Amino acid sequence: MPLTLEIALTHIRERLRQTVLSVLGVMTGVGFAVAMAALMQGSQEDFIRRIIDATPHITVRDDFRAVPWQPADAVYGTSAVGLSSVKPKEELRGIRNPQPKLALLAALPGVAVAPTLRGPVVLRFGGRDVAVSLLGIEPKAEVRVSKLAHDIREGSLNDLYTTANGIIIGSGLARKLGAGLGDSVSLSSSAGTIRLAKVVAIVHSGVVAIDDATAYARLKVVQVLLDRPNVINEIRLRLDDVNGARALAQRIERRLGYRTESWEEINENVLEVFQIRNIIIYTVVGGILVVAAFGIFNIVSTIVFEKTRDIAILKSLGFTEADVRAIFVSEGFLIGSFGTALGWGLGYALCRLLGSIEIKVGTFAEQTGLPVTYDWRHYAIAAACALTAAGLAGYLPARRAGRLDPVAIIRGAA
Amino acid sequence: MTEPSFVTAEGVHRVLPGPVPVTLVREIALSIGAGEFVVVTGPSGSGKSSLLYLLGLLDRPTQGEILIEGRPTRALSRDAAAALRLASIGFVFQFHFLLPEFSALENVMLPMRRLGTLEGAAMETRGRDLLATLEMADYADRRPDQLSGGQRQRVAIARALANAPKLVLADEPTGNLDSRNAEQVFAILAGLAKAGRAVVAVTHNLDLAAMASRQITLLDGRIVEDVRTH
Repeated sequence: MPLTLEIALTHIRERLRQTVLSVLGVMTGVGFAVAMAALMQGSQEDFIRRIIDATPHITVRDDFRAVPWQPADAVYGTSAVGLSSVKPKEELRGIRNPQPKLALLAALPGVAVAPTLRGPVVLRFGGRDVAVSLLGIEPKAEVRVSKLAHDIREGSLNDLYTTANGIIIGSGLARKLGAGLGDSVSLSSSAGTIRLAKVVAIVHSGVVAIDDATAYARLKVVQVLLDRPNVINEIRLRLDDVNGARALAQRIERRLGYRTESWEEINENVLEVFQIRNIIIYTVVGGILVVAAFGIFNIVSTIVFEKTRDIAILKSLGFTEADVRAIFVSEGFLIGSFGTALGWGLGYALCRLLGSIEIKVGTFAEQTGLPVTYDWRHYAIAAACALTAAGLAGYLPARRAGRLDPVAIIRGAA
Repeated sequence: MTEPSFVTAEGVHRVLPGPVPVTLVREIALSIGAGEFVVVTGPSGSGKSSLLYLLGLLDRPTQGEILIEGRPTRALSRDAAAALRLASIGFVFQFHFLLPEFSALENVMLPMRRLGTLEGAAMETRGRDLLATLEMADYADRRPDQLSGGQRQRVAIARALANAPKLVLADEPTGNLDSRNAEQVFAILAGLAKAGRAVVAVTHNLDLAAMASRQITLLDGRIVEDVRTH
């Protein structure tokens, strides 16, 4: 063992209680840093996974980002005549004659496409009215773009083909209405059409907003109900490469003109909240590590103060300033290293503990644990922060120790 | 025949800077050769310890030059001076200054471990031999707080000799010892000189000073007397 390290070890061993307290400080900082990072990344990944699984990666809507170019602009736009209060021409929303557009998108590599007509309807059952978003889907296309078939808890997606006016309702909606498989519910649209539909399946995606207020029926049924023949208002796409969604959405929007949003754009606010949350949590954990660093600074400073004579004698023996500095920096690193090693253990234990906490979700009594991600980078980053803090906390008093004048100390002691 | 000089001071002044500068030593010119046992005496504040620190490269002259084996040391970096001190100079102080967490043997081995020229086993053998020479073989594994004042000073002397220095500097090594232990320590220093080392010791004790081969007296930082007694 290097001599400077051995001297450092004897110093911190002699002050066991102070050393243990400092080590515990670092351990707590590292442990909670690891656990928080695992929990944050876990929840973020879990949320994104749920979003990616439950929603389309790209949605083409019957909408435009900018107000369409108006005829009045075309005639007078560049002239000296000023027009005020130009009212945009009213256009009936919807993607009409969608087949060529669907074919174009389906031809893109790694892309599955499904048309949807989404509209508001009131669903009535047993005297209760619930406003829901009704999605007209093509089951065969739907299984390629969403996990609807997988999320069905009762019944079957294919029953939409075999049952005239079949409907699939979300689990939360079923609970609100008290409706079950085989029940007939009444659907009323804003077009004034009322239809009876039979519940052929109940779906549970895990996303409350979807499960509580969404129902699915065949596209043609919904087109009739909403009085929108041969019209859809969404094209939903699922990609093999989910990370390419943003770029592809921009390309599609340029090509088709319709507002096209990737899953990242739709959930941008939530992702920003994640970033803010990460900053807050890392600031708190950083604070813990700074407090731990003060503990190390305190113990190393105390040792330097107590060991001024030893420093003088080491220098008189021929130890250099760098040797003396190395002794006290080593003390900071030793405390930091012990604390980091124990903190890793604490962090792992906390992750296991948090991961084992079971939470009941929804009426289907789905058991789920807190989402925790085990990633070696959490441990590496926490260790790097802790050791940097420990090194700095050790270096400041070590630098002072290295500069001590042995003659002044020996004269003072004589 | 005069031995070649190991350490030489040429026109050395040392002034402590400050609002009122303090002159510690002035116009020091001396040469000390191998085998010499030099005692530096003088009243308190006459500059004895300051001279010792200058000769041992712990301090630097404000003016003048210290030569070690004929080589000037003024331009040496602190690290180079430390390296020279480690290999060639041994210090003994009034207070033993042993590291309290280490045993006697470990204290003696410190300079050897820092120098790094010997293997572990060889270092331990040499450390035990040095302690045995100073009649401390039975106390090798004791920590300083388990030793008497005289025993601690012997361990400090053994540590000063660890790297076989050519120059041994002792700053009032008997200041905290009773007369019997003080005589023993001086006898040890005299023995080191006979073995070929240059030994310089500061003392107030004129009886002990008589054991030296040369006596230098300082007054107000100046050498006022330099007498060879043997």
